Amino acid sequence: MTAMASGRRTINRRTWAFSLVAYAIAMIFVLPYAEMIITALRPPKELLDAGYLPKHYDFSNFTSIWKTGFGSNLGASLKIAGGATLLVLIVALPAAYYTARKRFRGRTLFLLLVLATQMFQPAAMLVGIQREFIDFNLSSPIFSLILVNAGFNLAFAVWILNAYFSSIPAELEEAAMVDGTSRVGALIRITLPLATPGIVTALIFTFISAWNEFIVSLTLTLGQPAGKQPLTVGINSYIGQYSIDWGHLFAGAAIATIPVIVLFAMIEGRVVSGLTAGSIK
Amino acid sequence: MALTALTAQRLVRRTGHAFAPLLWIGPAVALIGVVVLWPVVVMFHASVQHISPDGFVLGSAGGKNYSNLWHEPALSGVIWRTVIWVVAVVFVTILLSLALAQLFNQRFPGRRVARWALIAPWAASVMMTALIFRWALDANNGVINIFLHDLGIVHKLGSSQADWLGRPTVALVWMMIVAVFVSLPFTTYALLAGLQTIPEEVYEAARMDGANRWRMYFSVTLPLLRPAVLVATLINVINVFNSFPIIWEMTRGGPGYDTANTTVFMFIIKQPYPGEGAAMSVINFGLVIVVVVLFLRLTRWKEQVD
Repeated sequence: MTAMASGRRTINRRTWAFSLVAYAIAMIFVLPYAEMIITALRPPKELLDAGYLPKHYDFSNFTSIWKTGFGSNLGASLKIAGGATLLVLIVALPAAYYTARKRFRGRTLFLLLVLATQMFQPAAMLVGIQREFIDFNLSSPIFSLILVNAGFNLAFAVWILNAYFSSIPAELEEAAMVDGTSRVGALIRITLPLATPGIVTALIFTFISAWNEFIVSLTLTLGQPAGKQPLTVGINSYIGQYSIDWGHLFAGAAIATIPVIVLFAMIEGRVVSGLTAGSIK
Repeated sequence: MALTALTAQRLVRRTGHAFAPLLWIGPAVALIGVVVLWPVVVMFHASVQHISPDGFVLGSAGGKNYSNLWHEPALSGVIWRTVIWVVAVVFVTILLSLALAQLFNQRFPGRRVARWALIAPWAASVMMTALIFRWALDANNGVINIFLHDLGIVHKLGSSQADWLGRPTVALVWMMIVAVFVSLPFTTYALLAGLQTIPEEVYEAARMDGANRWRMYFSVTLPLLRPAVLVATLINVINVFNSFPIIWEMTRGGPGYDTANTTVFMFIIKQPYPGEGAAMSVINFGLVIVVVVLFLRLTRWKEQVD
């Protein structure tokens, strides 16, 4: 009896030790982002004080930032990430559905191509991208960035959607088709609702990747007006030759980062299997 | 007449069958072709062209871009730094992630919230995270320096000792820490997913054989976690090899090229010498291909799609 009780107590003690260590580590992971917000909330007068926390907090950076080009950067980022997400959806859905339902010549080759491109990153072929899009001479770098972001995130979307569609029995659609619904009708009414978690994951993932993309944006929008530069590039305009406007920089960074972290928390569980090509479920 | 009509009909149906896949996967192939594959061709082509700084092709360069690149005095340092950067960052990331995954796999109250906290550096733009660290390492008022000062490690704020990012070797170490920091979430999550695939019975069998905790980890968990570790390693190698925002935001690769990796080096030289930048890209790309081939051989992608 006593042995059992003490056994339980040690388990409890172990559990508490684990949780304490885990909480401490979790703190370390959010501390930099807390520092980002704290710096943004520092009154300009206290920005350069050497202390962990300011004596006062104010929101002046968050209000005055709209007088800089930030609003235009935000608009550009929304257009780029939104456009890329929409394009990925339009292109990836049919491809993922068809490869999940049909066996045809070139299917394996196509999936291999998709998977290989998942490992390609724009940084590795930046010069090619830059020169190609100069030749395209699109009217706005926004279009170029929509295309590039959609192209480089397509693989993840096709992969995760393919897995979802494969897991939905074709019989469900066939039953609907017997009742006189067309294939596309069955897809829209039966399969898509069941694949919603996969679709949401693909959309959020694409949106966040495009939102955070830096090196191609920096290359294609250098010297452009703020309305054509996404946030990642715009944030850099607070870095001057001799001084850095840290207050506005981190106010902007906070506005750009916090929503994305919340969005990502919604899909976290499903991202890994998409990134590792099903080798870890 | 009837016969030809029949064959025509059959032909239409058959070609229709052949083209049906194209209708569904064609847009995806086109997008990948234009955005991912064609740039590779353009890049290879640019690497043998003589291109002016404002982007005009002045003629063929033959192997001149490559030989110029080869004679860049900074090149050998850049390559060595890249190798050390990748090996050290990925190795430390995997090691720490193994520990973190083990910890966050335990049951404890508030585990879900604690796991969420881990996500932040994964979801946030790496470039923003790098800027936060640059600010926190400020010689005069950066919080990391204030903390190190309180610990007695930094003797005087604002001193050259506190100016971590001003000295190439120390700057590199700090940037590696940031690189590990942003790589940990994905890696830990991948290993956590790997841990979940290990059936409880295996542990019970080991426990019956009298294996202790450590023995169990090294002879049961680790071997069964191997696929997850390998895939996570390769994905990290690709990410860390291509990493640009951390170095760009924290030191711009300077002083000189003393903290640049191949990607940053390529980014800087492609401005005055686009052809040479393309040559550097081609070499980078060759290394990426090797890792991609390894990745494809390791993952069980075929099993998933068959």
